Amino acid sequence: MKLSDITSKVQPTFFKEHQKKLYQSLEDKHTTIEEIDEGDPLTTKMVLNMGPQHPATHGVLRLVLQLDGETIEKTKIDIGYLHRGVEKIAENKTYQEFMPYTDRMDYLSPYSNNVALCCAVEKIADVEVPERAHYIRMIGCELARISSHLLWLGTMVMDAGAVSFFIWTFKEREKIYDIMDRIGGHRFTISHSRIGGVANDLTDEATGAIKEFVKTFPNELKDWHKLLDRNRLFIDRNEAVGVLKTEDAFDIGATGPVLRASGYAMDIRKFTPYARYSEVDFDVPTRLEGDNLARYFVRMEEMHESIRIIEQCLEKLPKGPVRMDDAKKSYPSKDEVYYSMEGMIHDFMMTDTGICPPDGAESYHAIESPKGELGYYIQSDGTGHPWRLKINAPSYTNLQVLENILDGEMVADTVVIIGGVDPVLGEADK
Amino acid sequence: MSLNLSEYLQKTVDDLSGNFADKLIHVYQSSGDTFIVIQADALLEICKYLKENLHYIYLSDVFGIDRYTSEERFEVVYNLLSFKHHQRVFIKVRCEEENPEVDSVSKIWKAANWFEREVYDMFGVFFRNHPDLRRIYMPEDFEYYPLRKEFPLLGIPGSIPLPSTTPDTD
Repeated sequence: MKLSDITSKVQPTFFKEHQKKLYQSLEDKHTTIEEIDEGDPLTTKMVLNMGPQHPATHGVLRLVLQLDGETIEKTKIDIGYLHRGVEKIAENKTYQEFMPYTDRMDYLSPYSNNVALCCAVEKIADVEVPERAHYIRMIGCELARISSHLLWLGTMVMDAGAVSFFIWTFKEREKIYDIMDRIGGHRFTISHSRIGGVANDLTDEATGAIKEFVKTFPNELKDWHKLLDRNRLFIDRNEAVGVLKTEDAFDIGATGPVLRASGYAMDIRKFTPYARYSEVDFDVPTRLEGDNLARYFVRMEEMHESIRIIEQCLEKLPKGPVRMDDAKKSYPSKDEVYYSMEGMIHDFMMTDTGICPPDGAESYHAIESPKGELGYYIQSDGTGHPWRLKINAPSYTNLQVLENILDGEMVADTVVIIGGVDPVLGEADK
Repeated sequence: MSLNLSEYLQKTVDDLSGNFADKLIHVYQSSGDTFIVIQADALLEICKYLKENLHYIYLSDVFGIDRYTSEERFEVVYNLLSFKHHQRVFIKVRCEEENPEVDSVSKIWKAANWFEREVYDMFGVFFRNHPDLRRIYMPEDFEYYPLRKEFPLLGIPGSIPLPSTTPDTD
């Protein structure tokens, strides 16, 4: 029996054509199709559907795996279960109105998504951002990176079998939530960035909390290093699993820690520095092996680097305004809104029409989000909402890598590999 | 309009105009980014040239734009990076409203596979010689292309069948 018969065996009742095409593509992926032995009493060859809501798939991700015993022969990834059409929404909203939606894309690091959109709008509309706002944004972005990596660490180690770790990383994440609460007034979806700066200044309480976190967190990290770095079980589960070679990493378009673990020190913060990353000192951790263990080391070291960056930002934090003073381009401060007519009119105009970049202008701005290159392409037609807004999401790019590195691995390793690539489906299903 | 190109981008533009003089339509800059509009029939050779001779080894993104004009309505943009020279360049091709078709670059950069599927899914631009051209977000049974400008924000009621609420009896 050839596997092509799977299409006749599986009788989908829902989205028939879609399901059939998916099985068909599983077949077409490589030129050779192995015969499935009809007399195989144990039916070691099978098609396994994982997801869409398996706890290890980090969201709604469906994997269609063709197995030979416990080895994966081919993988097809089916996304789109969460497709929310955020690009379409963006094209029907003003720039500032769309900003809270970016929180909900990569919901593990909302702050860096806010900054990514604001930077892109500032680039196309030629808005200057005050110095202090840049540093506050950098602090927020690096906290978001730590928070995102913490969740990755917890779930990835949990996928490898150690459950208590998840609790420990969440304890630290909780502290970051508290800090975010003090920075922007929300714990999870902060929406703290504004076009032309940030919503409000850091309070003393927030600064104190950040300083406290920066002081205590390295000790926690040290403990985790001690527990995992030479842990026999952890290494056995991760070493030489999901290997992505350097040349393949370019070719398939890996980004972020996945690319860096494959041996290339590509980081947007160094490639095209935004905010004030050119003024702080940090390293780009890199590994050569390209396996899951390498990704672990890269992310762990990135957390150290983030702490370094935050420390430097706190030291350098200049005094001054946190949002630009031109009310035609950015929200006026609440003092003006409440006590002056002009302020109120400007506030109304910013909410109703927002900022209008010049007609026909196009720009692309990328930041290094925790998952990799997060870029916003904006094309303006001179009105307050973008004509075209395209999001280059790192999770989407990395999911394509996942489809390729799963082939030839053991089925038990899929969960660890998904964890190692660290996709967030909210961002991939944009 | 005068261009303010970095040394390497200048070399890129010069090399391309030297080798494909009649295929370049327009080179322009906007907000500091460089865009090169080329003839759609020369896409493959230009991309190959960019990758092999000018080290644009990394394809960061491919996306579509609906220009909503009567001629050459759709635009496909390739976002290319050269790690070696720290440069980013955008290549644009345009295609007609009726049966939009572009050559697939997935042989040159493997990364193009999913990106092109997304453009196909959202705009209906067909990619010739694509290894696996299926819709990526929408189900195969869906007949419309959501990011085209005429597609309503609220969607089209009844365009996707919903699963039945009664469980299967067998």
